[in-house]
Formats: sequence, C-alpha cells, structure tokens
Amino acid sequence: MIDARGYSCPMPVVMVQKEVKKSAPDTLEVLVDDPCAVENITRFAHNNGYNAVSRETGDEEFALILTKKA
Amino acid sequence: MNKNKYLVIGAGVIVGLAALALTAAGNPANMGFCIACFLRDIAGGLGLHSAEKVQYLRPEIVGLVLGATVAALASKEFRARAGSAPALRFVLGMIVMVGALAFLGCPLRMVLRLGGGDVTAIAGLIGFAAGIGVGVLCLKKGFSLGRARKVQKADGFVLPGFMIAVLALLLLAPSFIRFSQAGPGASHAPWLIALAGGLIVGVLAQKSRLCMAGGLRDVFLFRDFHLLTGFIAIFVTVLVGNLVLGNFNPTLAVQPVAHHDYVWSFLGMAMAGWGSVLLGGCPLRQLILAGEGSGDSAVTVFGMLVGAALAHNFGMAGNADAMTDGVFTAGGVAQAGRIGIVIGLILLAIISYANLHREEKTK
Repeated sequence: MIDARGYSCPMPVVMVQKEVKKSAPDTLEVLVDDPCAVENITRFAHNNGYNAVSRETGDEEFALILTKKA
Repeated sequence: MNKNKYLVIGAGVIVGLAALALTAAGNPANMGFCIACFLRDIAGGLGLHSAEKVQYLRPEIVGLVLGATVAALASKEFRARAGSAPALRFVLGMIVMVGALAFLGCPLRMVLRLGGGDVTAIAGLIGFAAGIGVGVLCLKKGFSLGRARKVQKADGFVLPGFMIAVLALLLLAPSFIRFSQAGPGASHAPWLIALAGGLIVGVLAQKSRLCMAGGLRDVFLFRDFHLLTGFIAIFVTVLVGNLVLGNFNPTLAVQPVAHHDYVWSFLGMAMAGWGSVLLGGCPLRQLILAGEGSGDSAVTVFGMLVGAALAHNFGMAGNADAMTDGVFTAGGVAQAGRIGIVIGLILLAIISYANLHREEKTK
C-alpha cells in the first residue's frame, strides 16, 4: 500500500510509478487526499497496464485500487 | 478522448481567447496574461518596489484566485492544507520570479509571446524545458518537500482574502497605492473586464488542472501528454487569433516587452522551470492551488511577490529592447540579474540536494 496522503501532485503519481517499476504488483492500494491525484493516478494506471477504481473513504480522502490488466 | 481531455483543451482555448481579448482591451502586447508580470505590477502598486512603469493592482490575478476558490467550493474540492516546507516554498517562489522576470514573462506569457511571433522567446522555451528536465531528475532521485496536513478551514482563505483586499485597494485607490502613468503598468484593460477574464480562467484552470510546467513535466516523467495539450491549445489559439487580427509578427526585431539576451533568457527560464517542478506547478498553478485552500501555495505566491520586488529593487529584472525614433536600444539582463540567476541556480541545486530521499517509503 502507498500512503500518499498529504502529498501534492505529482508526488503521489511518482510514488506509484516507482512502486510499479520496482515490483510490478498485481494489485496496489493507494491512499490520497487530493482529487487531482486521483485523476492523475487513474490516468497513469490506464497508460501503464492497470485498471483503477477509486472510492471516497470519507473526510476528504480517497482510496484507489490498481489492478493489473489481464 | 475522455471528458478531462476535452476540458484541458477547452481551458487552453479559452485562456488563449481571454489573453487575446485582454490585449485588445488594453493590456500590453503579448501580455493578455502574465502571472510574473502581474504579480510584479501588484508588488509595485503596493509600494514594495519603486519601478514606476510597473505599478498596478492587476484584477486578473484577483480573478484567477477567486475563480479557483469559487470552483473548488462548488465542487467540494476546497482543501485547507499547509505545512509542506513553507519556508522553502517561499524561497522557491522568489527564485521562480527572479528567473521569469529576467526573461520578461512567466511560462504562460512565454507561450503568448511565441503565439505572437516573438521568436526571441524560443530561448526561454528551450531553457524552460531544460529546467523542467533537471527538476524531473530530482523527482526521480526522490526529491520531495514533504507532506502537508489539514489545517483550519479559515487558513485556506488567506490568499483569497488577500486578493479581495487588493481589489478593494484598486477600486478605492487610496493615496498610498501606486499607479503607473507610463509603461506596461499603465497599459491595462478596464478593471471589470480584467476581473471577469481572470475569474473565467481561474474556474477553468481549477477544473482542468492546467499547468504550464506540468505539461512538459508529465511528458518527461510519465510520457503523459494530457496537460501538454492545454499548453498547445493556448499556443494554437493565440497564434490563429494573432494571424486573424493582424498582430502576428514573426521576427527577431524589437518585440513587445522582450529582449535578445538569449543566454540569460535560457537560464532565467531554466530557473523558473526547475523551481516550478520542485514546487509542483507553475506560477499560474500556484495561484489556483492557493485559491483551492493550499496554504503552502499561498506562501509561494507571497514569495513570488517579494521576489518580484527584489528583482526590481536590485535591478535583476530584464530590460526590454526599445526602438525610439528609429534608434534601436538593446535591452537584456544586466549584471545584477545575471548574478541573481547564478545565485538562484545555486540555491535550487542546494534545495534539490537537501530534499532528496525525503519521500517516505511505501508501507
């Protein structure tokens, strides 16, 4: 899991990119609190072979689940 | 093409049209919008510097911030956050401003200059891209300014509140507020048109996340061209608009509020690009983020105001070329500006190095 809460863009996407490059996980959970980060991570996921689903977890925070495309 | 892609292209087109309209309404040529120049004018209007030709409380800046605030509140995206290395952000704001004013324009005005045929701005564009490249290397090496945290909601209204005060001072015009009688500061659209232009662009920039530095940064970092399309849309709109209006002048000859000092234009915009990547966005983006409640970006904007004041008080800002009665007077970046750029680049290197590997590990 990546906890990118408190980081502003592009840091959350950079953190996701590093994890994907390092371990190419089948699934990856990312916590953010910036709506812009949700959009950027979703776009990064789609451009890099992942599906991304996001949900608001309350209190201005979001959880994204990235799943490797089959 | 998804909805967000249309939004960023549409925002770019509207920004370009607004810039053309504001120039037609009285703003200086190729300066429908310029965040660096307009913050510099506000610094002068408030008496923070004494350059008489660049003193005016620009309503465009007020509109950009308040437009972002309204859009963020309406979409429940207003987030009062602060605490991510505010002192460093203040310094970075100053550095970005000194670099941009040496070139004579922020990244947005750089695009407007290019769209008006100002070939001299190409040196700035190449420098800007180079600076972003260095900033991206820093990000890849683990550069971070650390996490922000939630703060009291009122903290998020500091810059919007400041901008309301700026607008009030413009309209009330007390004797201590300075207004240029000649020069770029005296060239301005009527305040209501300027404010409306700023508000419209502020709303669109908040919705689309438009960012001049982010456009190239995302290409270098992720091969993601999303934000760059907004950058290109502004350029194409301004280019076509200037061609239609007969204002396209593609020469190396004297260009409006520009100079031929290519090396220092390159280095000034390299400094602006590098600093913008470290900050997470260009000067326009900093205004929008501050409007969305970011205290860190508000501090950055105050740093830019102080940087603009120092740039003029210390003679670091670029001097425009001039043609008077057929006699050409070369402008450029004076020795003080060159020293300022060298010091700024050294500071950027120190700040970058000192903040590598600050990013926390994944859990």
